[in-house]
Amino acid sequence: MSDEPKKSAKAWLYGLLPIAVLGILCCAIVKLGDRKDLLPTKVPPIEELSIQRIIIKPHGFQIEVMNDGPDELTIAQVSIEEAYWRFTMEPADKTLGHLEHGVITIVNYHWVEGEAYAIGIISRNGITWDAEIPIALETPVASSKNTWFFIILGVIIGVIPVALGLLWLPVLPYLSDKYLRFLSALTVGLLIFLGLDTMKEGFEFTEELAGSYNGEILLLGVGLLVFIGLMTLKNAGKAMVLDDGGRSLALRVSCLIALGIGLHNLGEGLVVGSAFIHGDVSMGTRLVLGFTLHNITEGLAIVVPLAACTVGISRIIGLGLLAGLPTIAGTLIGGFSFSQLWAVIFFGMAAGAIFQVVWIISKGPSLRSRDGGMALPENFIGIFAGIAIMFVTGLLI
Amino acid sequence: MDSDMGVIGDCTSGTLDPDLFLTHFDWGKVTKDLGDGKKRREYTFFAVDKEIEIAPGLFFPSWAYTSETPHDQDGNQIPGPGGSIGHVPGPTIRCREGDEIYIKFINQNNHPHTIHFHGYHSSEMDGSMKDQFVFQNETFEYEFMAEPFGLHLYHCHSVPLKRHIHKGLYGTYIIDPKEGREPARELVMVMNGFDTNFDGDNEIYAVNSVANHHMRYPIKVKKDELVRIYLVNTTEFDPINSFHLHANFFYENRTGTSMKAEYFTDTVMFCQGERSILEMRFPKTGLYMFHAHQSEFAELGWMGNFEVV
Repeated sequence: MSDEPKKSAKAWLYGLLPIAVLGILCCAIVKLGDRKDLLPTKVPPIEELSIQRIIIKPHGFQIEVMNDGPDELTIAQVSIEEAYWRFTMEPADKTLGHLEHGVITIVNYHWVEGEAYAIGIISRNGITWDAEIPIALETPVASSKNTWFFIILGVIIGVIPVALGLLWLPVLPYLSDKYLRFLSALTVGLLIFLGLDTMKEGFEFTEELAGSYNGEILLLGVGLLVFIGLMTLKNAGKAMVLDDGGRSLALRVSCLIALGIGLHNLGEGLVVGSAFIHGDVSMGTRLVLGFTLHNITEGLAIVVPLAACTVGISRIIGLGLLAGLPTIAGTLIGGFSFSQLWAVIFFGMAAGAIFQVVWIISKGPSLRSRDGGMALPENFIGIFAGIAIMFVTGLLI
Repeated sequence: MDSDMGVIGDCTSGTLDPDLFLTHFDWGKVTKDLGDGKKRREYTFFAVDKEIEIAPGLFFPSWAYTSETPHDQDGNQIPGPGGSIGHVPGPTIRCREGDEIYIKFINQNNHPHTIHFHGYHSSEMDGSMKDQFVFQNETFEYEFMAEPFGLHLYHCHSVPLKRHIHKGLYGTYIIDPKEGREPARELVMVMNGFDTNFDGDNEIYAVNSVANHHMRYPIKVKKDELVRIYLVNTTEFDPINSFHLHANFFYENRTGTSMKAEYFTDTVMFCQGERSILEMRFPKTGLYMFHAHQSEFAELGWMGNFEVV
């Protein structure tokens, strides 16, 4: 008995020793890190600047930048279309530390609506970066009119199509097992496409994201975290479920599908909102049409697991809103304060949630025949059809 | 000058001296009178590393020539541009037709360099062959007769040539005709550019290196006085550069090798190494712009003003 405290003290000592030594080592590295003379070669400072956002004002531009390099960086001059131009900068000494943000403001530049501009930024050491404006259009400010525009946009591409898809629910009880399996498989196909599409969109944003954020790892990491998180949540919930003939399980699956789709729609909203904000109206309109058609299938995906049970109308509406409403949040965020960082995080979450749903459905009873087999023609055709539908409607985007 | 266009701020490092350079002529140290008005002029030149401020807050790691002890026409020692420790463009060498020129060149930079002069000289003095490259801490003595009279230039002819010239190793070499030229307000303008990110394209254009310097500090000239510009193009990467003067015309004598002007115009265009003597008078006071008539170069720093008083 008396040995116990001694033993535990020893354990603590051995446990903490490596951490203490590591701490000393880190201190030494930080201390010596500035001693460039210790390096075997003379190294010039590494300068990297990330262009975060360009706001287009009636007679000028505002460029939000971030120092994405390890060393301090000072902006010397700014040019527009290869002409040096008067600008002011926040902070006033034009010097940014590692990951520090700055705002470059150009006033009195009379840009032409609809034309393209390249804003050149040159550092003290002559390194250059370009901030591209593909189509110059004044950036909308958050007015009530604009807010309504983005809300209605979100309703059109997210809420209405999902609700229309939900209307297929009353048809489902009339269908035989085989057709229900086909529809479940169709849902899986739709979701696989959506998941891959979400990841693709996410990876596109990682390219624009500052290198320091490790966008690709962030995207996959967030996705994996959500996937595992939802699985844990589902297992934790299982204990509380009463044996009610699978109704709770069906609801839970529906709920997860709705949540995954909701996160995906948030991402879609971001893309549409930012397309409009960046002046790409034709792109924006095409996206709206594409997503609207695309998203009607999402409603179907949500109600297929509920085919066999009776669910109240309020629950159905709730599921629809869970999947549809985030679109509005997405268009608003995309429209007014778009950030690549949040886009990558949202897309990562959405991909994780969607693949989690695919996992649940494929583990659950809805794709199985009475003897538990899954390798059925209707499943194959369903998955194929789901991917094909998404592919074809995707051609419109 | 409060314009929205052009670089902002002012150069504060003192690494370049465009105002001094504009009217700086290094006549060398006269060591012998050769009779008939001819002199032996001796120079000591160095090639050094120098970080120069080519636009406010923008620095370029140049290779620069420097003259150890610049002298004026009367033999007095004068300060050189850049505090005599390297300037881009290099010091303007000035002499008379028939003078004997001797230049002791000491390379203090860790790359091999030469001084290749335009003008008559023997093959051994060309500074272009491999065995004529001057390595770090080595010395080479250039000696030749100053001819023909005119406006010439000198530059490094070490390889890679493009890099050695664009890094800043060039300058003006003026040989006056025996009979001299009409007294005038004389200005040296070397049209140059800097590729700061080394992508083979210039980020900055200027006369005498500093972007928009004469927008901030217009060149003061007197009404009706004769103004003579020694205009040289050393711009790397771009096939041509040009000079355009507002609200006035000038006489152009290409390469300055004859006393008679060939053109009366307001815009001239040179390839790299081409040069002309321009002469003009301003009949009215006020601000008169001059710039490259390639708008791109003008907007990237090659633009200034004359202020006629």
